[in-house]
Amino acid sequence: MKYADEFRDKEIALGLANAIQSEADPQRPYRFMEFCGGHTHAISRYGLEDMLPKNVRMIHGPGCPVCVLPAGRIDMAIRLAERPEIIFCVYGDLMRVPGSQGASLLKAKAKGADIRMVYSTIDALRIAEENPQRQIVFFAIGFETTTPPTAVMIRLAEKKQLANFSVFCNHVLTPPAMQNILESPDIRNIGRVEIDGFVGPAHVSTIIGTAPYEFFAEEFGKPVVISGFEPLDMMQAILMLVRQGNENRHEVENQYSRAVKRDGNLRAKEEVSDIFELRDQFEWRGLGQVPYSGLKLKRAFAKYDAEARFDMKELRVADNPACECGAILRGVKKPVDCKLFGTVCTPETPIGSCMVSSEGACAAHWTYGRFRDHQQRRAS
Amino acid sequence: MKAHQRKLDIKNGCVDLSHGSGGRAMAQLISGLFHSAFGNEWLARGNDQSAFDVAAGRMVMTTDGYVVSPLFFPGGNIGSLAVHGTVNDIAMAGARPLYLSASFIIEEGFRFSDLKMIAESMGEAARAAGVHIITGDTKVVERGKADGLFISTAGVGVVPDGLDLSAEKARVGDRVLISGTLGDHGVAIMSKRQNLAFETEIVSDSASLHDLVAKMVTAGGEGIRLMRDPTRGGLAAALNEIAQQSGLGFRVQEEAIPVKPGVAAACELLGLDPLYVANEGKLVAIVAPEAAAAVLATMRAHPLGCDAADIGEAVADDHHFVQMATSFGGGRIVDWLSGEQLPRIC
Repeated sequence: MKYADEFRDKEIALGLANAIQSEADPQRPYRFMEFCGGHTHAISRYGLEDMLPKNVRMIHGPGCPVCVLPAGRIDMAIRLAERPEIIFCVYGDLMRVPGSQGASLLKAKAKGADIRMVYSTIDALRIAEENPQRQIVFFAIGFETTTPPTAVMIRLAEKKQLANFSVFCNHVLTPPAMQNILESPDIRNIGRVEIDGFVGPAHVSTIIGTAPYEFFAEEFGKPVVISGFEPLDMMQAILMLVRQGNENRHEVENQYSRAVKRDGNLRAKEEVSDIFELRDQFEWRGLGQVPYSGLKLKRAFAKYDAEARFDMKELRVADNPACECGAILRGVKKPVDCKLFGTVCTPETPIGSCMVSSEGACAAHWTYGRFRDHQQRRAS
Repeated sequence: MKAHQRKLDIKNGCVDLSHGSGGRAMAQLISGLFHSAFGNEWLARGNDQSAFDVAAGRMVMTTDGYVVSPLFFPGGNIGSLAVHGTVNDIAMAGARPLYLSASFIIEEGFRFSDLKMIAESMGEAARAAGVHIITGDTKVVERGKADGLFISTAGVGVVPDGLDLSAEKARVGDRVLISGTLGDHGVAIMSKRQNLAFETEIVSDSASLHDLVAKMVTAGGEGIRLMRDPTRGGLAAALNEIAQQSGLGFRVQEEAIPVKPGVAAACELLGLDPLYVANEGKLVAIVAPEAAAAVLATMRAHPLGCDAADIGEAVADDHHFVQMATSFGGGRIVDWLSGEQLPRIC
């Protein structure tokens, strides 16, 4: 497969694994967090952990925007979807995300809500054009990567003068969340966060560039390598982080230079800043309230804002107190340290963010990696 | 006096509620469309059931429902799929399929021309497999109460003397053989789903496997422990099911698992894993190591097994994990699918 196989070459991978092995100082730990679920998925799917020395550990971060969406926002979406005048358009992987008391959009659909799975923002606009007598709400979600398509969709809705179209906006931003992982009131309860560097999400940086992480790297003294999602990208990024650690550097480096520039995509950034503004606070499942980490539509576009159009009330649902997601996605604990892991919390019945989608730390470990726990137990 | 009756307007007409009412219209639909498509002596008798001779020895019976969307896809349609799927469920016991039943639930407004095409491809698939559709049922439901057409089938077949394929016969060291490339059917279906039109030359692998199975049984004899068709849930579900039933684990090699580049690319695009994507013309066989080479050679000599591969082995494992050595050099579990496999946003 052109443009994919080149980044999955076993021989090159072994070369990188050998380089990591020989350059990583056996006397010190290297704890790197991959922020994005796409990276977690690649690590798990290709079994990269088996190719790293024992003292180089990957910490699976918040995952994907689907995993970190709090139960209250899912409850809000379900209430909206249940209104008879509404056709609610969502991306497929949101369907199973649990709200409070086991509710989900999949279950709401089974009970009669008109929920349509879409594959692009254009599909939602088409449904709006085909159903002028109904209200179409698009469940907008994603990091900086999926925000420009939502902005373009709103522009198009305006151009087409669609009066029956709006957006339930749940777009979130990565740098504030990374900051929260290292510096938030929760850390007092959870314990010291030991992260020696970050693998930054490349798709996000294709939009925002590498520059937003520079302040972050300087402020917190942690190296950041913006990495692609192919396994060779990951291995190279890990090697770059090991080198920065060995040289006591903390810089932003760009492994994904084939698509990421320092300033990102100016046109996309402009579109986003025209239409969206920061929320003061936005709740992340597992992280709690994170200041300035979410986007909402500007007042000028309020007619496309489902929260305003349908007078939606913010719903808050407390996380299960036994859930250790907050500590797991800060790297303080591992999935197996949580007493809910694999007992009441499984991919079929997820309790916390780390188990919600296949890209969460716990789901990835359960689905791809739990044989290692048994191997370790047998070895000890 | 013979009552005057207008002919079915196959080209422009459609099914209405009268075609499920038990009256003349229904009789006309059955005789004019289904009987001519399936045409055999049992149906021609027009009874509510069909009597057939029972062979000595062991028989197998299976039942299945087909609710595929879209009804027509590259490489087949719901009709041929219903025959292939039912024949394969029988064939996986090593049995020779003999007779099928077919029950149709049709939505009001369904076009005769589409129904005819579906019935004819069922008849064709049945003739090719050497089975007879000897009884059936037709129901029509109001518009909106079915997604066009649902088909339920049952099938019976006969197992050759001395053959007893079963998961509990699997042993540590047995080889895992797969008859060809994975995910072709699932990707062909997805390529035609509403909202998901992407260009691909992939066609469904939908096919009856009983002839391939018969040749494998001849080549492998008792060395063949069991067979399974990896339909919904794909290879992953089939191997996990066998692991649970046999009390063993499996270790497979990603590099050995055949996947067409087009399927791999579509899965890549949609964030799906080919190991979990449905197949309708493939089988997994667990085979004693000493018989594996002969069985594999037989499979490769058959048109439906030309891409067959030895992908791994059965291992002792109290947790019944299906483990995979990735082509990249690492390891992972191939777990059961959680819920439906849904495309990811990122």
